[in-house]
Amino acid sequence: MSGLQVKIGLECHCQVTSLKTKMFCRCSSDYRGKPPNVNVCPTCLGLPGSLPYLNRRAVEEALKVALALNCKINRKMVFYRKNYFYPDLSKNFQISQYDFPLAVDGYVTINVNGREKTIRIRRVHMEEDPGRLVYKGRIDTSPYTLVDYNRMGIALIEVVTEPDMESPAEAKAFLEELRSILEHLEVSDGSLEGSMRCDVNISIAGGTRVEIKNISSFKDVEKALAYEIMRQRNLLRMGREVKRETRHWDEVRGITVALRAKEEEMDYRYFPEPDLVPVEISDDFIEKVRSSLPELPSARRARLVEQYNLTEYEARVLTADKQLADFFEKLASIHGKPKVDCSVVINELLRLLNEKNIEVRDLKFTPKEVADLLFMVDEGVVSWKSAKYILRRMVETGEHPKKIAEAEGIRRISSVEEIEKFVSKVFEEHKGDVEAAIKDDKVIHRLVGEVLKETRMLADPKITFQVVSKRIRELRAERGLASA
Amino acid sequence: MVNPLTLTAKEIAQQVSSGSLSALDVVELYLDRIRRLNPKINAFITVAEEQARRAAEEVDKAVKKGFRGRLLGVPIAVKDVISTKGIETTCASKILRGYVPPYDATVVKRLKAEGAIVIGKTNMDEFAMGSSTELSAYGPTRNPWSLDRVTGGSSGGSGAATSARMAPTSLGSDTGGSVRCPASFCGIVGLKPTYGVVSRYGLISYACSLEQIGPMTVDVEDCALLMEVISGRDGFDSTLIDYEFRWSYEGVKGLRIAVPKEFFSEGTDERVLESVWRVIKLLESNGAVYEEVSLPLSRYALAAYYIIAMSEASSNLARYDGIRYGMPYDPSLPWHEAFSKVRGEGFGLEVKRRIILGTFALSAGYYGRYYLKALKLRAMIRDQVLSLLKRFDVIATPTTPFPPFKLGEKIEDPLSLYMADIDTVVANLAGVPAISIPAGLVDGLPVGAQFMANYCREDVLLTVAKCVQDETHFDKLVPGVAKA
Repeated sequence: MSGLQVKIGLECHCQVTSLKTKMFCRCSSDYRGKPPNVNVCPTCLGLPGSLPYLNRRAVEEALKVALALNCKINRKMVFYRKNYFYPDLSKNFQISQYDFPLAVDGYVTINVNGREKTIRIRRVHMEEDPGRLVYKGRIDTSPYTLVDYNRMGIALIEVVTEPDMESPAEAKAFLEELRSILEHLEVSDGSLEGSMRCDVNISIAGGTRVEIKNISSFKDVEKALAYEIMRQRNLLRMGREVKRETRHWDEVRGITVALRAKEEEMDYRYFPEPDLVPVEISDDFIEKVRSSLPELPSARRARLVEQYNLTEYEARVLTADKQLADFFEKLASIHGKPKVDCSVVINELLRLLNEKNIEVRDLKFTPKEVADLLFMVDEGVVSWKSAKYILRRMVETGEHPKKIAEAEGIRRISSVEEIEKFVSKVFEEHKGDVEAAIKDDKVIHRLVGEVLKETRMLADPKITFQVVSKRIRELRAERGLASA
Repeated sequence: MVNPLTLTAKEIAQQVSSGSLSALDVVELYLDRIRRLNPKINAFITVAEEQARRAAEEVDKAVKKGFRGRLLGVPIAVKDVISTKGIETTCASKILRGYVPPYDATVVKRLKAEGAIVIGKTNMDEFAMGSSTELSAYGPTRNPWSLDRVTGGSSGGSGAATSARMAPTSLGSDTGGSVRCPASFCGIVGLKPTYGVVSRYGLISYACSLEQIGPMTVDVEDCALLMEVISGRDGFDSTLIDYEFRWSYEGVKGLRIAVPKEFFSEGTDERVLESVWRVIKLLESNGAVYEEVSLPLSRYALAAYYIIAMSEASSNLARYDGIRYGMPYDPSLPWHEAFSKVRGEGFGLEVKRRIILGTFALSAGYYGRYYLKALKLRAMIRDQVLSLLKRFDVIATPTTPFPPFKLGEKIEDPLSLYMADIDTVVANLAGVPAISIPAGLVDGLPVGAQFMANYCREDVLLTVAKCVQDETHFDKLVPGVAKA
């Protein structure tokens, strides 16, 4: 993508998953896995005569986000109606913000390949989530569409950036940082399906701005951007025009599809929501929320480096996922060897999580159990190699490491007596190698390898080496040979 | 036996409370009147015969167990724009035919908690858009004073039902005069409260920033009683303010009355003006003082009112698409065609006219020219009204510029129909309370005098009304048809 000036701006919609109820009514916001249309009331169903009643906790949560993104807070914020017809909107308008949003003019610092960059935030505002359309099978072949209003009215925070990102990698870095900030604030859990969605604006020098809608996970943003850059670059190369339009991300086919041209843009007829009064945000309230902000990822990274002597890279990997960083800190507090503990978390544990495509939260054990495992290594009860295997089994079964070791006969064989038995067996079965080893020290290692294999890698390699060497020396002495 | 022609709500509650009347007796008495009179007048869309009987039996049982309420056994006719649990609520529109709300409006809940009984749902102009109650999908309501004349609107059913004593009291809603105009045309008392003192939860929105539910009664003290019950915060309507209704009558001595000349100009029927002046002089003779003043911006009130009301309506009425309730949609059509078909067939002509005009006024490029300008004008008008109310306790005007007109007389000419609201919309724009009281008969037809007061000063309006009632006994005015 070198040589092309790419400008990317993002609009991120994040559900406030920390709330128990919806934004404008008292229905439960816990809709995942529920039968359709059970978390509904006159207000979120948009029944005639119903009115929105603001959940003040939602404002507080959004304010946390705005402050964490270094925004200027409007002292008076106003809700607007965004008018458009769509079956997932029970009132055929969405309560959102337009003029006088919660906050404007913030920034976030990202780091791509060790290079820091500031991404400006244009605005942070609040709005309600629409319901969910449910199809039978694929969207284009479904014989009908069903609507589930359980999601209707869930509080959303929309974060809009300036077009400051210049590559899909930067967009990805921004989204990871945003997600980590939201998780550190405990406002939004990005690991829940559909809790963070994105619209993307992208333009390439010489082209025009194209909007891509409906990217339902942050992970797909990078893919959609890469596709769109390729598409636009090819058009420009062929001397064709990039049309100013809105496109739709088809996640199944991995392509963007034209949705509507600029001339067909919707006129949302925004106007101030008359059923809600402007919300005054006092200095006291702002200060109260600001002073309650937890440690944010950037501060945490600095502390991890300082407190545990981690590298900047290690700290970054940990804080990209709050749960991972929490896991590490807990582990380090119990086990007390931060460098080792960090390595276990970001190399071994993270690899397993990615491989199984699960989240830290899905683990069926706590840092305490991992600490127990590492203590077993420290005490020489199991080998480092066995420990990695046990960790995998822990992820799979949730069993305690001691139980796994016992059940599978995993232990560390470090008694000379016991190792000697295996050595005898190997010497019996590999007479040729023994003869070779008598003549050449180098072959000793091959015998050690065989012994270890025989013990299913449970024997202590150092002791095993000592025992094998001693035997070979004895054999040489028997034959009156000096050391080879 | 009791005489329903003179019985007040207060007296009914007292008698039911003392056991000299049962709630069921009261309900049967009024159901019988409805059976006889409604076929001529068409005041009710739904007579809740069964529900009312059941509710009366419940009340009687509760009374025996010691339950007391301020409206014990009082039948109330509720405008069909107010949601009633288990009773069809249509807004006089085909599009809501068959819609039975699963919840009670706050006002209905409060009335029931005091022992009141919803006896039926009254006719109105479709979605409260009109000033004559001719624009109903269920046919026009006829004025009990002259069956070939209109009742005024949009709460014409409530006005006629109360005037003909088919119910001792009723509720209307007032967006631009919809309580006061029919009160004036039907010869009863109608109060539009201060914006934000009566919950709109359950009131099916036409123009939410303007409207309030208000009592329509024969007797001033009944009006006060209803206000006492229905006003105050409910945790569902965000626009409610802190308010406690209090009123004790101490006469009008020293009351300062402003008489703005713009409301007494050539456009108004001379006989109406004479009637209003008679009321003002009568108050003067009881110790009030009046002064002729000017409210120059009032000439723009109607234009500002219609732009704001139609704009809000275009958004409020978007939800009627047939997929959740009301008129069924055709599932074989693509969703936008299904929506269009339901809305095309379900809405009446005037509703469509207002949706289209409102949509236009909110459109990109016109928003500033119409909606925003109307809002600015509204603020200026409010300031002018408030500055007048610094020097005066009340502002006196006619309620409507003409007496009740003939059915069909203005129906072909929407602009002349809109003129019916010219004196009433000022109070809605300013948010101040306003009352219409009977000012006598013109050729045997009732006309009304309107008084506006400062925010939350409903008590002053009731004091004026009480003085006039004591002097003129307008509560004894009964249309001939009701005596039969």
